[in-house]
Amino acid sequence: MAHLSVDNVDLSFETTTVLTGATLTVDQGEVVAVLGPSGSGKSTLLRVIAGITAPDAGTVTLSGDDLTHVPTHQRGVGMVFQDNQLFPHLTVGENVAFGLKMVGIPAVERRATASDWLARVGLAGFDSRQVSALSGGEAKRVALARTLAVEPRIVLLDEPLTGLDRELHDRLARDVSDLLADLAITAILVTHDPDEAATIAVRSLHMDDINE
Amino acid sequence: MTRRKPASAAVALMLVVGACSSDDASTSEPAAITLVTYDSFPDAETSMNEALQAFSSETGIAVEILVAGDTGTMLSKAALTVGNPEGDVMWGIDNTFLSRALNEGIFEPAAMPVGAELPPEFTQLSPDGLAVPVDFGDVCINYDLAWFADADIKPPTSLSDLIDPVYSDLLAVQNPATSSPGLAFLLATIDEFGDDGWQDYWTALRSNGVQVFNGWTESYYGSFTGAGGSGRPLVVSYGSSPTAEVIFAEPARKEALTAVIESTCFRQVEFAGILAGTEHPNEAAQLLEFLVGETFQAELALNLFVYPTNSAVELPQEFIDFAVVPESSRSVGPERIDANRSNWIDTWTSLVLG
Amino acid sequence: MSALPRRVIAALSIPPSVGLAVFYVWPLLTLLFRAIDGDAVQTTLGRRATWEVAWFTLWQAVVSTLMTLVVGLAPAYIVARFNFRGRQLLLGLITALFVLPTVVMGAAFLALLPDGMNQSIAAVIAAHVVFNLAVVVRTVGPLWEQLPSDMEGAAATLGASPWRVFTMITLPLIRPALVAASSIVFIFTFTSFGVVRVIGAAGTRTLEVEVWRQAIQLGDIRTAVVLSILQMVMLAAVVMCSSRAQRRYSQPLGLEPSARRMPQRGSERRQVALIGFTSFAVCGAPLFALAARSFSTPSGWSIAAWTQLGRTEVRPGIRLGIDPLDAVRNSVENALWATLFAVVIGALASLAIAAARNTGRFLDVGMMLPVGTSAVTIGFGMLITFDQAPYDWRAEWWLVPIGHALVAVPFVVRATVGVLRSVDPQLHAAAATLGASPTRAWRTVVVPFLWRPLTVGATLAAAISLGEFGATSFLSRSDSETVPIAIEQLLGRTGSLLQAQGYAMATVLAVVTIALVAAVDRSHQLRTLARSTVNGPN
Repeated sequence: MAHLSVDNVDLSFETTTVLTGATLTVDQGEVVAVLGPSGSGKSTLLRVIAGITAPDAGTVTLSGDDLTHVPTHQRGVGMVFQDNQLFPHLTVGENVAFGLKMVGIPAVERRATASDWLARVGLAGFDSRQVSALSGGEAKRVALARTLAVEPRIVLLDEPLTGLDRELHDRLARDVSDLLADLAITAILVTHDPDEAATIAVRSLHMDDINE
Repeated sequence: MTRRKPASAAVALMLVVGACSSDDASTSEPAAITLVTYDSFPDAETSMNEALQAFSSETGIAVEILVAGDTGTMLSKAALTVGNPEGDVMWGIDNTFLSRALNEGIFEPAAMPVGAELPPEFTQLSPDGLAVPVDFGDVCINYDLAWFADADIKPPTSLSDLIDPVYSDLLAVQNPATSSPGLAFLLATIDEFGDDGWQDYWTALRSNGVQVFNGWTESYYGSFTGAGGSGRPLVVSYGSSPTAEVIFAEPARKEALTAVIESTCFRQVEFAGILAGTEHPNEAAQLLEFLVGETFQAELALNLFVYPTNSAVELPQEFIDFAVVPESSRSVGPERIDANRSNWIDTWTSLVLG
Repeated sequence: MSALPRRVIAALSIPPSVGLAVFYVWPLLTLLFRAIDGDAVQTTLGRRATWEVAWFTLWQAVVSTLMTLVVGLAPAYIVARFNFRGRQLLLGLITALFVLPTVVMGAAFLALLPDGMNQSIAAVIAAHVVFNLAVVVRTVGPLWEQLPSDMEGAAATLGASPWRVFTMITLPLIRPALVAASSIVFIFTFTSFGVVRVIGAAGTRTLEVEVWRQAIQLGDIRTAVVLSILQMVMLAAVVMCSSRAQRRYSQPLGLEPSARRMPQRGSERRQVALIGFTSFAVCGAPLFALAARSFSTPSGWSIAAWTQLGRTEVRPGIRLGIDPLDAVRNSVENALWATLFAVVIGALASLAIAAARNTGRFLDVGMMLPVGTSAVTIGFGMLITFDQAPYDWRAEWWLVPIGHALVAVPFVVRATVGVLRSVDPQLHAAAATLGASPTRAWRTVVVPFLWRPLTVGATLAAAISLGEFGATSFLSRSDSETVPIAIEQLLGRTGSLLQAQGYAMATVLAVVTIALVAAVDRSHQLRTLARSTVNGPN
């Protein structure tokens, strides 16, 4: 059975139709890339899966659970945003530990876990840094660590490497690919760059295939 | 950059307005002087005003009446404007407020003595003649006969009665800080219950639902059921107020509608004086003399419902018929008032309003 | 920007500096010296009543501020985040309430609440809350607008429920605005005078009201002066604490503004609708009640109050002592002169400040000082200072307009300095290359820019003057009362036609004030002006 199943999702904003009959299945542990030009609805699709945007019709099922009416914070869906969305009033370590705090893990334990994750993304010792002091690549890694630290059922990555310079881009692409593989975690990556898709993902889809 | 220049037009407009607004009355004769008084003093339409107009035609001195609020406010404004007064003659400071007025120096002496012919019992209250006694009366609790008859309650007969729960939420009084009958009533209670007892009395009055107004006109015309108000049937007013109700009743009546609790009465004497710093001392002195003269004093009874201090004046018959002169009314000596007034008012304020 | 020659700057600075020194600094010093003179301080501070009043002033201000914050967050949220039908109208309504004169706001609540409730402390606090909603909505709103909604989405994906998103993400990020808003609301409610005098029962007194009562009603200047200084000290303490807090909490967020959107899901739509309707109701009800009560006379509903406006007869021959129509004439005259004074002094000061660059800071701060001083303090100080020859100006017609101008000048200056400073320096350079001296360059290049901000400033000054109550309560004489004073007197006559007349006059004053400010708000200058006045000279 597919881990994630998006079935016939429709979504229109005012006069524009963004998704029509969007259908997609992803298996457990699979890393899938969704390609398409800007405006094709890729990010919107992720938002529907995360529950940030509600569809007009259709269902989203994760591990057999119908998520259509489940609020975002109860879905267990992790998301790395294109602009990271790090919390500026918290330190790097507090950012990474945020999700752990939400599930009630005690302070000492979550600080340790956060430190581990920072090391894993190559930012060992960054715990007490201010978010505003991070470079583009560092911020991206923190965002990744933050999302993965709660071990979500599925990870959504919204154009994670768009806008980074070539060298950083390639390095991060390899790191992300390795990390996702190590964790054997289900992931959907949205991008407009086919090479990036090829590096990180196992399977690539185009929005034209997804939409009817 | 051609824009309209609104500024010059606006400045021109303002200069015109300014010229119109600056009141500079220093031109020719006759002088116009201002009589500053409290808010229950009629400023038009009564025979008192006609008498003032007669004065104006005779002497050529126009008299403008300036109502400055209740007595306390009037006095405070005078104190704040000493040397640069808002008017020339002030009418209406009573014996309870007089010492404050004299201490603040709001009056200046007239060029020639005024009021020497008035009875000494009044003039002795203002020894150096700075303030001239113009009228007297009593401040008493008035009650509405019809209301009590309808409610089938016996009207109160003494100060002590007023704290009886039977009379709860029925009494209206005035703030002694701002109102002269208000202060007079407070002094009456101090006279009755003494320095140790009056505070408990007022605490009891407060629990019994006494309502406090800032001034007499508000409480009498606004609230007193016996005067057309819709509030309370008991009010601090004057011994002569029942007379006013009979005389002004429409349709005409022969009996009193309201009555007075005699044991609550407090003797009040009102004064007038020339405001220090006036620009028209001579005219002011003339007006002052007129105010204690027979022509004007004869109008006091039926207009202000007070007794004239000028003993040569005969009272109108209706007045004699209906006015109540208590056998003895209370009083507190001027020195004692002077020494304690602000403390008493302060204590009263925190007891009753705080 | 080319600098003007020293003597020109000096010439420009002298009239505003002299005006400030004579009519603001001197009265404040007089207050201070009179207070510390003799044993007035000990006597006054030794009385229990003093501390009762001070305590009441403090706690009602704290409660008012907290409640304003809580009540204001909801409309701030929907206005910041969403586009919905009626958004501009709601914002306009909230702002309209804020600019109303204090006696009008008091009158509106007196009209709104039923007799018996409408003179309570709760009524005073409610009036404070509605009055100051605009501060929260217009201070917190813009910052909230800057919070990317995706940040909330990110928190949600990490498992944060909507409540936790609000408390752990949103609140900390809007905290600087909350602190700024609360300090402003606290200052306004701590120095509340008009609202308390109109609504409060006789025993409800804040420090300002007590200063007035002691000085004007009881004639006890010594006590009044000490209370005035006490109030200033308490206020200064709070302002210092709050600016320290503000500095601590303001951090560069580096956020990008997110667009407002239409409410989407049904729950969002319901939420916006609920908050929107409630806000409209809460804000509209007082104004509606105010107008409605002007038609409620002792003999039923009628337009008697309006047709008999100006006739204040209590009994034949006995009148109120205040002529409402005369008061209108006085108010208009005062407003014209106050506007003239404020604009002239403001223009001169602004030119000097903009031209002097660094040294202009003194004048800049100086001209803003009256904003931090309550109108009561200004008026009271002037009253006790100018009472002896050769400066016995108590009866002068220009004293009240000057008092009003003092309160209004900061707004003129803030409106104008910003514009002057933003004049393109290239224009100066161009003028210079064409042979113009610095003064001539200024005259041709900069001065024409003055008209717009001065018009804004003039309109504000007029609105301020028409509604001014605090300083006028001390300075006006018995024959020259203004409309706010007349309103306060008329409203005290419960249950009579006079009170309805008071409501009628308050309605007219409300309409005029709102119209004046609305005319100015169109030019968008008001928004930047408000922010810069709030933040002070930077």
